[in-house]
Amino acid sequence: MAELVAVIASTHHPFYYRASTSTGEDRPPFADEWVTKIETFRETLTRARPDVLVMVGSDHFHQLWLDNMPQFLVGKAPVYDANWYNEEREFGLPKMRLAGQEDLSSYILREGLDAGFDLAFSNELRIDHSITCPIITLRPEADLPIVPIYTNIFAPPLPRPQRFVQLGRTIRELVESWPSDQRVAVIGTGHLSLELGGPRQFGPHGPDPEFDRKAVDWIASGDVEGCLAEVTLDSLHAPGNATHGFMDFMLMMGVAGEGKKADHVDSLDLFHTMEAYFTWYPKGVPTA
Amino acid sequence: MSKYLVDKFLYTVDRDPELVERYRESPAECVAEWEREYANKLLNCHTGEASTWLAFEPAEREALAAHDHVRLFEMGAHPFLTLTLFIAMFERDHGPLEYQLAYARAMEHITLPYPDIAT
Repeated sequence: MAELVAVIASTHHPFYYRASTSTGEDRPPFADEWVTKIETFRETLTRARPDVLVMVGSDHFHQLWLDNMPQFLVGKAPVYDANWYNEEREFGLPKMRLAGQEDLSSYILREGLDAGFDLAFSNELRIDHSITCPIITLRPEADLPIVPIYTNIFAPPLPRPQRFVQLGRTIRELVESWPSDQRVAVIGTGHLSLELGGPRQFGPHGPDPEFDRKAVDWIASGDVEGCLAEVTLDSLHAPGNATHGFMDFMLMMGVAGEGKKADHVDSLDLFHTMEAYFTWYPKGVPTA
Repeated sequence: MSKYLVDKFLYTVDRDPELVERYRESPAECVAEWEREYANKLLNCHTGEASTWLAFEPAEREALAAHDHVRLFEMGAHPFLTLTLFIAMFERDHGPLEYQLAYARAMEHITLPYPDIAT
């Protein structure tokens, strides 16, 4: 069977690419510290020596639109082009191209359907920064095949938080039962408190530092039940109007498992939003 | 209310560089033309297929024609779509983050719960 060698949860900050590559007067004062933290985070994936990456993210109204909106969608394609015109325009993100791992896509679709998730699929998917940001931060060589999984955290009605956790648990079971000798890492990105297009956007910190502190504690300690006891679709409006992206972190807590403490925890308080990085090693910390 | 159609306007304009410029320079004309030519197009479908029933409410048409992002928010337009398109149109006229902060200040009077964005 395949081996789950790392579970990684992260924020996806589209400004990282520009901040980390800019020089001179264009380089923001927080860039060096940010790059240092990302390089340490990257090492946690490198050390796990993955062959395949399952990438959980959320399309930002790029390919998926309100006339035909899936709740959970699995890509099954040999190739994924990546990043869109408006992401190049606003964030300076480069166009990218990633190979797909179609066998694992097929397995997750078949077995996921049989496990009670009516997963949508796409045979031609152009992925966006929710998946390319962690490629840029964690695997900038972009040399590993991926299985993209999109969740709807964006266009209500949304699945409830419990459903994200359940899907995470199922993804873990499916990866660990995939008849293959491949080493798989599951990487998912979301948000802590975040406001987009509302009065609390682009403040000196994230819109709700108290929520962020609790969220980091829930994730770092694997406190799935404590998190589920407090977080609902309604409660997520309070920390910021785009905070439903936190449900992708909850999905990743489902992958990591109840009570599983993260082996790597880091965060960075930036303007607009807090960055947070977590890595779990299900089979123990790999030796260097 | 046709929140869906307002969102469809923001979405289709945002992904088309020519429409972004036309909406920036001539908003009322752009909104009228879009409603005539694009509102009923079925996206991601065979060309030539169209719906028959989509039209703006007068208040929606006015808010779009006035570039009034505060009214759009109050009407329940999807805030990500509005923000992304308005940054594309107006960030260039300002210093770093100035536009985003002014955009937020214009909405300071809005308190929780925010308008429902479900379509």
